[in-house]
Amino acid sequence: MAGVPFDDVLGLADDALILGHRLSEWCGHAPLLEEELSLANIGLDLIGQARALYDYAGAIEGKGRDQDALAYLRDAPQFHNLLLVEQPNGDFAMTIARQFLYSTYAAPFWRATAGSKDTTLAGIAATAQHEVAYHLRHSGEWLVRLGDGTEESHRRAQDAIDYLWPYTGEMLEGDNASLRREWDETVAGVLDEATLKRPKDGWMQTGGRLGRHSEHLGHILAALQFLQRAYPGASW
Amino acid sequence: MTEAMMPLWEVFIRAKAGLAHRHVGSVHAADAEMALQAARDVYTRRGEGVSLWVVPSASITASDPAEEAELFEPATAKPYRHPTFYTVPKEVGDM
Repeated sequence: MAGVPFDDVLGLADDALILGHRLSEWCGHAPLLEEELSLANIGLDLIGQARALYDYAGAIEGKGRDQDALAYLRDAPQFHNLLLVEQPNGDFAMTIARQFLYSTYAAPFWRATAGSKDTTLAGIAATAQHEVAYHLRHSGEWLVRLGDGTEESHRRAQDAIDYLWPYTGEMLEGDNASLRREWDETVAGVLDEATLKRPKDGWMQTGGRLGRHSEHLGHILAALQFLQRAYPGASW
Repeated sequence: MTEAMMPLWEVFIRAKAGLAHRHVGSVHAADAEMALQAARDVYTRRGEGVSLWVVPSASITASDPAEEAELFEPATAKPYRHPTFYTVPKEVGDM
């Protein structure tokens, strides 16, 4: 049976793991207690998705690699995540803008995947679609308040959107081009309400899906993989 | 984060259909929508409920603790108001 390719499932798993890890970096640093829990919740949702996807990727590959082997024992060029999700947390506006831009793609992606003929992937999507719908709502509402907030929050939100914009093209390449219309509409609606300007579509960064990453991924993996690299096979 | 920009909201959760919303705590948030999301993230992480209310804490009028004696003490002296002399038939169930 010609199923979903290993690399595709791995890419989805890597998106979720790396973004989830980024959000975990906010633990103990969030601007208020309520948001501390919100960011951790979203991060845990994503890491949960990553675990299910790594299980499935390992099964497709059939070489006995489990979640830990795939998450902890690959180097940066073997990761297939989007460049967007590995971008640094920056300030709160940057984290919210990154979450919003990703979730605006992830929400329709998982909703569509819930109807997939691949029953394993459809099962993962059934849970993920509700999680990412909430991530989109949360980050979208925050972006509106930051953009339409104070002069400083507006400036920071606009800077974040401008900085991250070249990383948005990668999500809508290939088969995902069908998601573009909904992505454009959602982004336009929220940016408009947030009184933020939509940057012009220019040259877009790409290569994450092929393992060509920004300098940030190596640093993430150094923190993420340290324990398994230093103490192979360590477990709770 | 000033109190004016991030006022306090009281959070109420309905644990399941048919039960009343119960007060569970409070959150700081800029407005009602954000208060609802904060309440969801802080108080319903372990499946605590099926419905949420948030109410601006400032909207609540509270009794004055200094008036406790005149408000509540008269009732403690009237045990006959407690329906403890009745037996409730089993068929009635929870009251």
